[in-house]
Amino acid sequence: LSRIGDELYLEPTDSGLSLRSVNSSRSAFASFLFAPLFFQLYQLGEPQPFRCKVLMKSFLGVFRSLPSLEKTVGKCLILLKPSANRLVLQLHCKYGVTKTHNLAFQECELLQAVFDTQRCASSFCAPARVLAEAVVHFPQTLAEVTLGAGPEGKISLRNYVEDEMEPKKTMVTELWLAEDEFQRVAVTPGSSITFCLKEFRGLLTFAEASNLPLTIHYDVPGRPVVFTLDGAVLEVHLVLATLLDPKSDLQCPMANGSVSHLPLPSDDLTDDLESYMVAMETEEEPGVPPSPTFPLHTPEPAQSDPEEEEEEKEGAVPGTPPHKKFFCSLFFGSVLTPGGPSLAPTQEVLAEDSDNDC
Amino acid sequence: MSFSTQLPASGEPYVLVASLDNARHLSSLLRAVHFQDHATCFATSNGIRVTVEDAKCMQAHAFIQAEIFQEFTLQEKSVTFRINLSVLIDCLTIFGTGSLPGTSTALRMCYRDYGYPLMLFLEEGGVVTVCKINTQEPEELLDFDFCSTKVINKIILQSEGLREAFAELDMTSEVLQITMSPDKPYFRLSTFGNAGSAHLDYPKDSDLMEAFHCNKTQTNRYKISLLKPCTKALALSSKVSIRTDDRGFLSLQYMIRNEDGQICFVECYCCPDEDITEAGM
Repeated sequence: LSRIGDELYLEPTDSGLSLRSVNSSRSAFASFLFAPLFFQLYQLGEPQPFRCKVLMKSFLGVFRSLPSLEKTVGKCLILLKPSANRLVLQLHCKYGVTKTHNLAFQECELLQAVFDTQRCASSFCAPARVLAEAVVHFPQTLAEVTLGAGPEGKISLRNYVEDEMEPKKTMVTELWLAEDEFQRVAVTPGSSITFCLKEFRGLLTFAEASNLPLTIHYDVPGRPVVFTLDGAVLEVHLVLATLLDPKSDLQCPMANGSVSHLPLPSDDLTDDLESYMVAMETEEEPGVPPSPTFPLHTPEPAQSDPEEEEEEKEGAVPGTPPHKKFFCSLFFGSVLTPGGPSLAPTQEVLAEDSDNDC
Repeated sequence: MSFSTQLPASGEPYVLVASLDNARHLSSLLRAVHFQDHATCFATSNGIRVTVEDAKCMQAHAFIQAEIFQEFTLQEKSVTFRINLSVLIDCLTIFGTGSLPGTSTALRMCYRDYGYPLMLFLEEGGVVTVCKINTQEPEELLDFDFCSTKVINKIILQSEGLREAFAELDMTSEVLQITMSPDKPYFRLSTFGNAGSAHLDYPKDSDLMEAFHCNKTQTNRYKISLLKPCTKALALSSKVSIRTDDRGFLSLQYMIRNEDGQICFVECYCCPDEDITEAGM
């Protein structure tokens, strides 16, 4: 999660402890849901629902040295104390030593990316190892990678090259994975999406270690790609914005956001209003993607060159999609369905899974 | 500070001669107190004591007993000089710091007299290096006046338990708070940093505790920047004794076993952050 954002959002719910993060441009979102069974003891108190965020750095500081943690720590107690405004992490270590960390937290609004895996046209499932071994071939500095579906269920991975780069100076690496490497493939032939590699790598590292099957759901370019790890006591989602195809119709489909599907927030959820307003703002400019870096000469959608010149000046930083003007921000649903702790309507899809788990 | 201007007269005996088969016995110990460029060396028939001070609030000593040396002769009752510790350590490790089994640097250290440079003769694998390090007028050292009789709380811990804790101390905290008490939490190290507070508790019945003698609950704060350098000594040591007196002064004694199994000590004194009174000079 630290590869994604600087803040860690925590939300204890009936279905488990949810840890989430989002990047600054809101084009990458990840959530880890640890079911109550994952814990030796899982107790919810008052008030519910309770959401807070802590600085990622502070939280990670508690778990600084993984190898020694494994050797010395017996159990970890996590307490959320709203009255004291403290998140208490207590590590019970060897020799009776106790390490107690009292982290300051901030109460916050719900962080939830709106996405619907059911509406994704393509999906496939693979052991994380297969994909991890594949991305090893790409340089560490590579920002984006293009995933494509070829004939006979083959999947390709290719480094994304901006068109304005000189063909002579760029090296293109492409690799194909055969259908038999996957556990399940249901893709639209010829489909392809481009997304940021940095966050994906982070997920792969975790996936390999956790041994959970990795499922990738994607649709058309511009709509988010969703990576899912589904385990008995853990559910992980990584949602990344994908690059809009510059050659296609530039009207932002808003599909990333599914704004139209979102019910209005109840009046009393004022803390959610801010997030909702962000979404509303993007609606004001129909046809223009919400990405703040989108150039203003939209009247020439067919010509990719002048717009890409602008992009040159942006100085793309690997792993930060907003500098790529075609990335749409993921819309973040801020609404609570009344009576439920969390989650936006599109969580319906996921709720099915967690019902099976609990 | 004055530098040597006299030329050594030939035939005169050295006031101090010390020889070591393995210079690492000295260099690793000096490294443990190397957080200032300069140190004061004090030699008596008991051995050599190297002292480093910081901010008039912290003082560290490295003791190398005479028995550790293969040869140790002192012509006078005591000899004191100030020397550049960084240079001394660099010279002692002139053949490199890698510790290959079987190879070691032999050292012969000679100090002629007041005002003369310290001579180091180092030999490894037949190659000899001679170093001459200028010595300086010793500065007056603080007397922390730490008396064993005034010790209120004392614990002896196996260093293994503290090493990781010290290395991971939240450096955004300005102070390290040490609580020692006959009741819970017995022994607690606390920091108050940007992320929040962190407490490290060691129960008195922990396997790490070799001795636990706490009479009164004491909580004292020390500047973390002064204590952090002690981590080096902690890393080398097998045991550490932590004592506080009635003024809240802290004494840390590290027992260090060298490659040959001999025991040396490094001692650190630190005065508490609040009410810093000038230690008697």
